[in-house]
Amino acid sequence: MEGLSVADANLVMYLHPSKSRNVSQSILRELGSLLFKFNETFDGVLLAYDVNILDKQAKILSGVHPYFGLRLKANLLLFSPKPDMLLEGKVVKLSQESIHVIVLGFSSAIITAENIRGEFKYRTKDTEELFASKSHKRHVIKVGTMIRFLVKR
Amino acid sequence: MGLELPKYPEMEEDQVFNFTDSEIVSHVKQALASVLSGDNNSYNQLVGVMHHSKHLAPDEVALLETTLKALAGAVSSIDITHHDSLLSAIFCMSMWNYGPHVADALAELIVSLAISNGKYLDLCLGMLVSNFTPPPYFLDKLKMPHGLERKGQVLSRVHAAFKKIADYVPLAPLRLLTIVLQGMPTIYHKDRAIVIYVENMLKLESGEIGELVGSTILMAVVDRLIELDVEIGWDAILQDDFSKGIFEMELEDVDDIEESAEPDVGEFRLSRKSLAGNSIAELLDNLLVLTFEHLESCEREGRLAKVFETLLQSFRVTVLSAYKSKFAQFVMFYACALDPENCGMRFATMLADLFVQDSQPQPTRMSAVSYLASYLSRAKFLAASSISSMLKRLVDWCLEYCEAHDGDINPNAHRVFYSGCQAIMYVLCFRMKVFVDVPRLKSELLIPLEQVLKHKLNPLKVCLPSVVEEFLRQAKAASLFTVCKTFIFDGLLESELSRAFGGLERLDTFFPFDPCLLKKCDSFIRPMFVFWSMVKPTYDDAFDDDDDDDGSSDDDLVQDFVNENEDIMNDEFGKSFDEQGVDMDEFDYALKKMSITPKATSNYKFGGRFQEPARMPSRIRPSTSPESL
Repeated sequence: MEGLSVADANLVMYLHPSKSRNVSQSILRELGSLLFKFNETFDGVLLAYDVNILDKQAKILSGVHPYFGLRLKANLLLFSPKPDMLLEGKVVKLSQESIHVIVLGFSSAIITAENIRGEFKYRTKDTEELFASKSHKRHVIKVGTMIRFLVKR
Repeated sequence: MGLELPKYPEMEEDQVFNFTDSEIVSHVKQALASVLSGDNNSYNQLVGVMHHSKHLAPDEVALLETTLKALAGAVSSIDITHHDSLLSAIFCMSMWNYGPHVADALAELIVSLAISNGKYLDLCLGMLVSNFTPPPYFLDKLKMPHGLERKGQVLSRVHAAFKKIADYVPLAPLRLLTIVLQGMPTIYHKDRAIVIYVENMLKLESGEIGELVGSTILMAVVDRLIELDVEIGWDAILQDDFSKGIFEMELEDVDDIEESAEPDVGEFRLSRKSLAGNSIAELLDNLLVLTFEHLESCEREGRLAKVFETLLQSFRVTVLSAYKSKFAQFVMFYACALDPENCGMRFATMLADLFVQDSQPQPTRMSAVSYLASYLSRAKFLAASSISSMLKRLVDWCLEYCEAHDGDINPNAHRVFYSGCQAIMYVLCFRMKVFVDVPRLKSELLIPLEQVLKHKLNPLKVCLPSVVEEFLRQAKAASLFTVCKTFIFDGLLESELSRAFGGLERLDTFFPFDPCLLKKCDSFIRPMFVFWSMVKPTYDDAFDDDDDDDGSSDDDLVQDFVNENEDIMNDEFGKSFDEQGVDMDEFDYALKKMSITPKATSNYKFGGRFQEPARMPSRIRPSTSPESL
């Protein structure tokens, strides 16, 4: 699957003075708050991290609240799908108009009718919805199937 | 225009126009697409149908339903910029205005819209959250059966929609959480929307996505409770009429209270009267009841332990740090009552842990021990062994402290120590009888306690005089130990020294689990609550021995009188003196039980006015108490 990458990052994290009692916990918590969110700097969704503190000493910023800056080195697992990438996901819902897919368990994607290959026709068989291929009889897409699709936007 | 969706004026069974679903959907798609080319007619018709919501004729209802279903099928054609009037019409719709079929269709549309495109997700979730509360005109109808039915119908669909969306968009609960928290009505909303909103929040917590959003929601609810709590000023609880003077009370008032009320309600008459008009108190009352019921359902489902962890954290962060919270802490009390062995002990342990930790700030430690003391005294459901183990912890800590600090009496320097001692004495005022009967406890607990109390630091002099007095009285009656100095407090409520150790926050007079003044809450709490009137102090035995058959009626008389009034005395007049929370019961009750003649010093006591001879039992018994001070 394209779109997944591991990045090495040098980070500086600024912590509020009240967090100085338990620094490692605060770092983990800060990074945890970034999980599963799209991040501009990383240009992707953060999926996992592995972090090391580089230096025991930190610089204190001058200002009303003396935040202190910690240098960190982290391995980050990022997910950043771009157009024309191929992704795999599991089908969760089928309808005449669309196929709904969940990628990597957290990201939802939708494939609208006009983007489904012409060979697939929507059918309802025994209350089960599926897309059946006209050319290959055994090729069906049902709820729970893994499919590969191209990213448009 | 092409195909007009016809109105069905008088439709007969065999005259049904047969449009297939797909035909209707394609018609709608066409209408939507035509906007892009500038032709707005059919689109405007569509929007018109959506806006038409009040007093719908059956055919209009059918039209609306069909339109909604068709739109659900055509969501991929909806464009956020070109079709914004349609979208805003959809998002303004309230399920409360419609019957079940239309509500179903609307829910389906919202779900389809939400999962079709990330842009609509927040808007759809926002629309569903706004359906937590009914439109203003409906709020009054909520109590009626028709209103309740509609409520059940709407809310079940709303929550089912959340679940469906969460199935297809896994990160939706995260977004939902933010939206729910942002959408919480403030406490100043006149329309009481917050009660039904919180009901929905709790429903979310117990629902299928509860695992993901539950703990944050609970903490937000407790935050709101505290917000309401601090809005109720202490003056709202005190009696309004100060002109009567603290020490004189018309006997007629007492009579009124006695006669007009049933025994269990009468106690709170006075104090509740002043709270009665207070709308914030009523709101808090309702919310607390909601929370209690929610806890009950958690317990039934076996989830209470997990929920309790969240509550505990919330208590630690919010309630404990609030300045003298009045009622919000009863949530903890009730949760503990539902599961005494686990939750009950967990709460007590947490408070004790906080108290002994040197790293915690002083007010936190003193607050924690006040909570602990009040809790251990008032919780009917706690086993004697639990109470004794907690007490032992406190006593051991105090003893260690004594041994480490060799100074003289100094309220400011040893605030935490004095609050610890006061806590121990307070609990023993309520529970001494229990410990006296068990010799092992007597030695484990009371001997070190004696050492503590007789230390140079002199807690007996510093702690709240009313507490110390009652404690000593009971201790003497139980022949636990004797104090070499007699402590004559002259019925003082508090002293210079106690004020000193209590500090600015007056933590010396903080008894958080004193009887709850909120009516509805109280009915929940009462069965598991220890009132002072239920406590048998050790000096009772002295009377029991002397009484024959004729003693009992007196007891009853006094008992009734006290029952009906002691909590008034406790809450009202105890509180009418600056701060509140001092447990007046101890010595008031004691006074009643004791000798005939009020002491000369009784003028200073709050209970003094109740000493009017007219109210004393008519059969006079000589005082047999050896400890007449």
